[in-house]
Amino acid sequence: MKEVTRKIPKKDALGLLLGKPVYTDDLAPKNSLIVKLLRSPHAFAKIKNIDISEASKIEGVECILTYKDVPRNPITRAGQGYPEPSPHDWYILDEYVRYVGDEVAIVAGKDEKCVNEALKKIKVEYEIFEPVLDFEKAEGHPSIIHPEKETHPMFEIGFDAQKNIAASYEMEIGSVEEELKKCDVVISERFYTQAQAHVAFEPHTAASYIDMHGRLIIISSTQVPFHVRRIIAEAFDIPIKNIRVIKPRIGGGFGGKQAVHGEPFVAAVTLKTGKPAKIVYTRQEVFEATYSRHPMRYDITLGASKDGKLKVIDMKGLSDTGAYGEHALTTFMVAGSKTLPLYNKVDAVRFSGKVVYTNKVPAGAYRGYGAIQGNFALESAIDMLAEKLGMDPIEFRKKNMIREGETSPIFKIMGEGREGVDMIVRSCKLNECVEEGMKLINWKEKFPRKKISETKYRGVGMAIAMQGSGIANIDMGAAVLKLNDDGSFNLLIGATDLGTGSDTILAQIAAEVLNVPTEDIIVYSSDTDLTPFDVGAYASSTTYVSGNAVKRAAEKMRKLIIKEGALKLGLDESNVDFDGKYIYEKNGSKKVSLKELATVLLYTENQKQLIADASYVGEESPPPFMAGFAEVEVDIETGKVKLINYIAVVDCGVTINPNLARIQVEGGLVQGIGMALFEDVKYSPNGKLLTNNLMHYKIPSRADIGNIIVKFVESYEPTGPFGAKSVAEIGIDTPPAAIANAIYNAVGVRIKTLPITPEKVLMSLNNK
Amino acid sequence: MKINVTINNEKKELEIAPDEVLLDVLRRYGYHSVRRGCDTGMCGICTILLDGRPVPSCSIFAARVDGHEITTVEGLPEAKDFAKLLAEEGADQCGFCSPGLIVNTVYLKKLKIKKMEEIQIKLIGNLCRCTGYVGQHRAIEKFLGVEK
Repeated sequence: MKEVTRKIPKKDALGLLLGKPVYTDDLAPKNSLIVKLLRSPHAFAKIKNIDISEASKIEGVECILTYKDVPRNPITRAGQGYPEPSPHDWYILDEYVRYVGDEVAIVAGKDEKCVNEALKKIKVEYEIFEPVLDFEKAEGHPSIIHPEKETHPMFEIGFDAQKNIAASYEMEIGSVEEELKKCDVVISERFYTQAQAHVAFEPHTAASYIDMHGRLIIISSTQVPFHVRRIIAEAFDIPIKNIRVIKPRIGGGFGGKQAVHGEPFVAAVTLKTGKPAKIVYTRQEVFEATYSRHPMRYDITLGASKDGKLKVIDMKGLSDTGAYGEHALTTFMVAGSKTLPLYNKVDAVRFSGKVVYTNKVPAGAYRGYGAIQGNFALESAIDMLAEKLGMDPIEFRKKNMIREGETSPIFKIMGEGREGVDMIVRSCKLNECVEEGMKLINWKEKFPRKKISETKYRGVGMAIAMQGSGIANIDMGAAVLKLNDDGSFNLLIGATDLGTGSDTILAQIAAEVLNVPTEDIIVYSSDTDLTPFDVGAYASSTTYVSGNAVKRAAEKMRKLIIKEGALKLGLDESNVDFDGKYIYEKNGSKKVSLKELATVLLYTENQKQLIADASYVGEESPPPFMAGFAEVEVDIETGKVKLINYIAVVDCGVTINPNLARIQVEGGLVQGIGMALFEDVKYSPNGKLLTNNLMHYKIPSRADIGNIIVKFVESYEPTGPFGAKSVAEIGIDTPPAAIANAIYNAVGVRIKTLPITPEKVLMSLNNK
Repeated sequence: MKINVTINNEKKELEIAPDEVLLDVLRRYGYHSVRRGCDTGMCGICTILLDGRPVPSCSIFAARVDGHEITTVEGLPEAKDFAKLLAEEGADQCGFCSPGLIVNTVYLKKLKIKKMEEIQIKLIGNLCRCTGYVGQHRAIEKFLGVEK
C-alpha cells in the first residue's frame, strides 16, 4: 500500500499550529451580538416570576429571552441517530431549573460588558425544591426531577420519570443463580467511577446569522453537524431546509460536543432579532453546564471453577445521568456490551440496572462511553478473582478471553439502545497484545512488586479492553468525489474532524484506491449544505464507517475514469486500466493522462463532470482490542502514586496513518490516566460543582504521565477499509483498572472508587 | 483609552477599555493564534512573549503593556520550524493549545535549555488534552536538540 500506512502530517496541521483563524470564534461574524446565559443558582427550583424590565433598559442590550419567549418542544440535546435512544426531556428554556447552571434566560447585547450587567439586573423569584444529589437515593426520591407531562422517550428504554429513572436495562444469558452454585470460587465487589470532565480546550462555541436567502446559518464547534441541524429544526419548529450548519476546525471534543449546547441560544437570538449572534462558553460554564462522564456504580459477581475457568459474570449497575437523560441508556449498555464479550466462554452472564436522574451537571457522551466505567469494575474484579484462585492474572485472562474467529452472544443481544448484530470477531490479536505488553514491561521480572526503599514500592498491573467501530446498522456515513481539470479530486464528506485527523486519513483511503498522492485529494467536510450526510464523529466510527464510504466512492470514481478513458481512447473498457496517472491500453500503447482526460471532459469532448458517491452502514462493528500495562511507584508514607511506565499494545487492524493512530492512543491513555489518578469531582452540599476550573480540577500535565509506550500489533480487519478498525476510544479504557491492579500488586490495597487519590491509598494502607 | 505597543515588530496604537485583558485585545485586533483556554491562567494556551518573556495574556491588563513589546506565533520566525516537527509527529491534533506551546518552546530554544527534565518543568503550564504530550515531546526533543 502506498498512501494507506503513510505517516503524513495532517492536512490542516500548519494552519492549526501557526494560529490561522479557523475555529468558530475566529469565524463568527464580527458584528455578532454577544450572547450569555443567566444560569440557575439552585439545584432544583421552579421559576415563579422573572422580571427583565431593569435589565432591558441597559444600553446596548438587544434582547432578553425567557421560557415565555421560546418554543417549548421536548427534545434531547444528545447528537444521536434519529429516533434517539435518549428521552426527550430538554427544553430550550423551561420554567423548571434542574441543576446549578441550568439555563434561565438568554441575554444578547452589543458587548460583553452590557450583557454581564444585564445578567445581574434580571430578577428571578424561585420556588426552591429539595434537590436529588445522591444518585443512590434518586430512585423513588420525593422530588421528581421531570414532573412535566411533555417529557417522553422516543421508544421503550425503561423510562419512568415518576421514579427519576431515565432508562433501565436487563439481560441474562443462561442462569446466573444456578451457575453460581456450581462455582468453586465466587467474588462479589462494588466499584464506583466519577463524573470526569472532558476539558476540550476550545470551549463550546456557536455563532449564527441569517443569510441573504433568509436561512439560518449556524457555525458551531460540534462533533455532529447533521444532528445539530435536525435538533435545531425540531426545537424551533422550522424546516430542516432553512438551516445550514457549518463545522469549522474544532478544538477537541471527546464526546463533549456530541450534542447541541450553545446552538439553540444563538439561534433564538438570531431568529428573534435577525442579527448575527455568538456565544463562547467560559471554562466555568463548560465544567458546570455542558456534559460530564456518567458516574456509575457496579456490583460485580464473578464465579469460576478451581482450574481457572470463568463461569459466571453478573454486573448490576447504577448510572447517574444528571438533570437530563442524554446518552443515558446507551452509555449504560456500552458498559456491558464493550466489556462482557472479552470473556465470551462463560456459562451465564447477566447485565442489569438503571440510569437515574439527579440534580447535577448532565452527563453525556465521553470517549469510552461506558466502556471505561465497566472496564474499571470488571478488570479490577478479574484480578481479585485470579488472586483468590491463586492464579497469575494474565494466565487467568489468557485462559478465558476472546480469540480471533470466535463470537459472543452479547453482540446480538446488546446494541446501543436496542438490539445489536450477530458478529464473528474476524480480527482479534488480543493474545499477541498481551504477550507483547508482558515483554515490553518486563512482567515476569517485575510482577507483582519490587521494594525500592523503606517507603516506596513498585508494582505492575494490567487490563484488557475492547471498543467498537461505529454503531452497526445505525451509523451511516457518505462521501462524494469530484474530478477537477488538473486531475485532482474534491472529497466531500459529512464526517467530522475534531482534531483527530480524519480529513487526512479519509483522503489517504481515497488516494490509495485511485493510486494518486494524498496531496491530490482536497477535503471539505462537515457542512450540511455542501457535504453528504454523516452521523458525525462518535462511537469510534469515522475510520470504519466513513472510511468505507470513501473507499466505495473512490472505487466508483476509478470505474468512471476507466469508462471515460476507454471512450476517449476508442477502446473497449475491458482493455483499459488506470494507474493513477494514465488511462492506458492493457495490451497496447494507447494512453491518455488523467489530467488531459479531466480537461477535455470539462471543456471540449463528451463533456461532463465526473462525480461519484457512496454511503456506508456497518453491518458489524469490529472491536479494536488492547492490553494496557501499568508500572506504579507507591509511597506508603504519603499514599502518593507515581506512574512510572504505561505500555499499550493495540490491535486496531491496519493503521491508515500510523502517526495519527499512535497519537490517538497516547491521548486516550493520558485521559484514562487522569480519570484513574487525578480528576476528582466535588460538589457543595447544595449541589454546586466545586471543581469547576482548572485550578481545582486537575488534568494530567506533561510531568504526570511517566513513560508511555504505544505499540500496534499486526492485524487485518477484512470488513474495514484496507483492513482498518477504529482507534479513537480504545486507548482510554484500560488505565483505571490497570493502575488500580498495579497499586494493589505494589502495596496490597484495593481502591474501588475513582479517582485513586493519595488520601484513599493512605487511608486504605492505614486500615490494612 | 489608547496604548502604544510593538506587536510582532510593528508599532501599533490600540484603542482599549481600561479593564480589558490583553488576550481579548489581541484577539480583537486579529491575532487569532492567541486563544482562550481556561480564564484562570492555568492552561498556557494564551501564552505570548512580553518583552521577550513568556506570559499568559489572559492574566495581564492591556493597559499595562503600554510602551512594551509583544510577540505572538504570527511574529515568531522559528515557529514554523517547530510547527513542522509537531506536524510530522501528528502532535498538533486539534491545534488549539499549539500556539502557546510553540511560543514557550521557542523561548526555551533561546535559553538553550536541552535537558528533557528541565524542559518538562518549564512547559508544565502548557496543558494539552488531545495528544497525551508524548508526540509533543518527540518534536520538542528534535527542535531543542535534547541531550539523551
